[in-house]
Amino acid sequence: MSSYLIRGARILGGEPTDLLLQDGVVAAVGTDLDAAGAEVVDAEGLVALPGLVDLHTHLREPGREDAETVDTGTRAAALGGFTAVHAMANTDPVADTAGVVEQVWRLGREAGHCDVFPVGAVTVGLGGERLAELGAMADSAARVRVFSDDGKCVSDAVLMRRALEYVKAFDGVVAQHAQEPRLTEEAQMNEGELSGRLGLRGWPAVAEEAIIARDCLLAAHVGSRLHVCHVSTAGSVEIVRWAKSKGWNVTAEACPHHLLLTDDLAATYDPIYKVNPPLRSATDVEALRAGLADGTIDVVATDHAPHPHEDKDCEWQAAAFGMLGLETALSVVQQTMVDTGLLDWAGVAQRMSARPAEIGRLSDHGRPLAVGEPANVVLYDPAYSRVVDPTETASLSRNNPYAGLTLPGRVVATFLRGRPTVLDGKLS
Amino acid sequence: MKRHLLSAGDLTRDDAELVLRTAEELRSLADRPIKKLPALRGRTVVNLFFEDSTRTRISFEAAAKRLSADVINFSAKGSSLSKGESLKDTALTLEAMGADAVVVRHWASGAPHLLANSGWVRSSVVNAGDGTHEHPTQALLDAFTLWRHLGNLDGRRVAIVGDVLHSRVARSNALLLKTLGAEVTLVAPPTLLPVGVENWDVETSYDIDAVLPKADAVMMLRVQRERMNAAFFPSAREYSRRYGLDGRRMGTLQDHTLVMHPGPMIRGMEITADVADSDRSVIVEQVTNGVAVRMAVLYLLLSGNESDFGRTAPAAPAADPTEHPTERDDA
Repeated sequence: MSSYLIRGARILGGEPTDLLLQDGVVAAVGTDLDAAGAEVVDAEGLVALPGLVDLHTHLREPGREDAETVDTGTRAAALGGFTAVHAMANTDPVADTAGVVEQVWRLGREAGHCDVFPVGAVTVGLGGERLAELGAMADSAARVRVFSDDGKCVSDAVLMRRALEYVKAFDGVVAQHAQEPRLTEEAQMNEGELSGRLGLRGWPAVAEEAIIARDCLLAAHVGSRLHVCHVSTAGSVEIVRWAKSKGWNVTAEACPHHLLLTDDLAATYDPIYKVNPPLRSATDVEALRAGLADGTIDVVATDHAPHPHEDKDCEWQAAAFGMLGLETALSVVQQTMVDTGLLDWAGVAQRMSARPAEIGRLSDHGRPLAVGEPANVVLYDPAYSRVVDPTETASLSRNNPYAGLTLPGRVVATFLRGRPTVLDGKLS
Repeated sequence: MKRHLLSAGDLTRDDAELVLRTAEELRSLADRPIKKLPALRGRTVVNLFFEDSTRTRISFEAAAKRLSADVINFSAKGSSLSKGESLKDTALTLEAMGADAVVVRHWASGAPHLLANSGWVRSSVVNAGDGTHEHPTQALLDAFTLWRHLGNLDGRRVAIVGDVLHSRVARSNALLLKTLGAEVTLVAPPTLLPVGVENWDVETSYDIDAVLPKADAVMMLRVQRERMNAAFFPSAREYSRRYGLDGRRMGTLQDHTLVMHPGPMIRGMEITADVADSDRSVIVEQVTNGVAVRMAVLYLLLSGNESDFGRTAPAAPAADPTEHPTERDDA
């Protein structure tokens, strides 16, 4: 196995430092390290972060290989600086058995672009009626620790309570897609003045907040871990902040698109901006940024949701929910959090690597860039600037909401256990 | 105005008044033995209906034919649940056939907007009602009807009563009537007013009886009985009692106040038969005016260059307007 000497990288944005990656681990950290046969990577001006970890990715395989496969999705992940992704369970068939999660896990290993940790469904077929065999998925080769019916809410309070309790046996966590179903029937966009004007069925903030509040109370009652997916409203941030102030074991994620884009984009009726939960108001965006900065929101998760062209090239109401996110996540976080002074690079590493790895109970990811640690590294050029071109992607899909926007930064290299998955901004 | 008519909000006051003046001239055609002008000879107008609406379709069809345009009716079935041919493929088909204007009716809010901005068709797009969004030609015909009876609309009070939440007619009327200087009051139970309506630059009220005596016109909206199943109101009877326009309430109106309805009416629900058939009801005249307004819109969009609506109105044979209905229209 070849070794790599990263020359002059700014670890977490600090002073230029050399990193020697050897045998899958960080073998040395220091200045003027001896290359000693290692391949040298010039990282002058680049920020080095631990490999990013996504708690929320849709890889679509099995079932919708026209939108994405484990192979293409993990290529996109590597290009975005990720060394681990959690593949959501809403595939076809649903990842609700040991067989399906092992299939996805194995496909990830075969592709080799980044580690794939399947998320198991909470209920059979995402049906919300009876628990899937959570223990079997936990005990499988995929070692599932995160369970979610994402795309659907576990709305039944009893079922949610039981799921929260049950996963304690294997230190699992339930990641809730908080969406009260009755309040969001046929909902199309954030409920507000604009939804009324556009004649698009509103998706009230309370539909998210009511479920989060209930679940925080349930988690506290049974002493379980709860993770809240894609928090999108100011009220949700307040509820999570309150739950944390009580000492309850609640974590939360925000998506890059909710940190940057707002619901006024719906006025274009272009379904590229249709997503679940919907884009919200500028006030909500500000609250999410503040919550991410102060730690109320633990992690950034992409909710990368590929869709084939025809599912977005149609009437808003007929279009699918979701947007791509893996290849733009770090750039959006830089623009919204770093360039605004809300977070430093250590804070980014915490929220995009260390904390998501902790929540997913991944031992070999999200580790510091220190001697003896796994050599999962991303080298990032924050001085770069690009106009987002949706055709320049490893994803099979093109539903990129940032198309045409100028975003900062570029992932120059990604190393997975010392092996470059991306070099010079290209897959290797 | 632009190349398309997608929203009543796209119309400036000059645009809107030009449509009304043009409609006034074209309206006289309805009373002539030969109801046809050669204005759009050789042009093709496609009525593209993704949602059934015989009344709106035949109103547009009559309007186009009276301007000598060729008319193609294209009924494309399908819904968000049962997907038929996509809007895109339908649009490409029409483009290949050489449509000059596409009049589109669609169950999805924003579908005409998509059609006009997608690059799929080069033709003008006229919104003939999209989802719960807008129905701009209905607003124009309503404004035309008001204008013919009340003259200048500055400071006139128009009450729009009923299911505002689901009504494209209410949205378009609120926009257009404000543009024309009228004061609009939306009257509905709180459940049937959209969130954020307080920022629409209109008045709102939950109390029809407080609004009626001040109104110069009352527009009643259709209210589907089925809405009670989704708890928008407890029962059809309660709705009628609290928001229906009956003879007693009609008695509180000023002498000149008009009663309007975009149709189709549900007699006994939002309006009683005696009101609908009363002297102050202009419901049937609205239908006649619908054809004239749609003629004006098609004429102004299609004859000449892209800034048509900045031009002067066409010379049309003048005649005294009378109220012989020729077509019916709906929302």
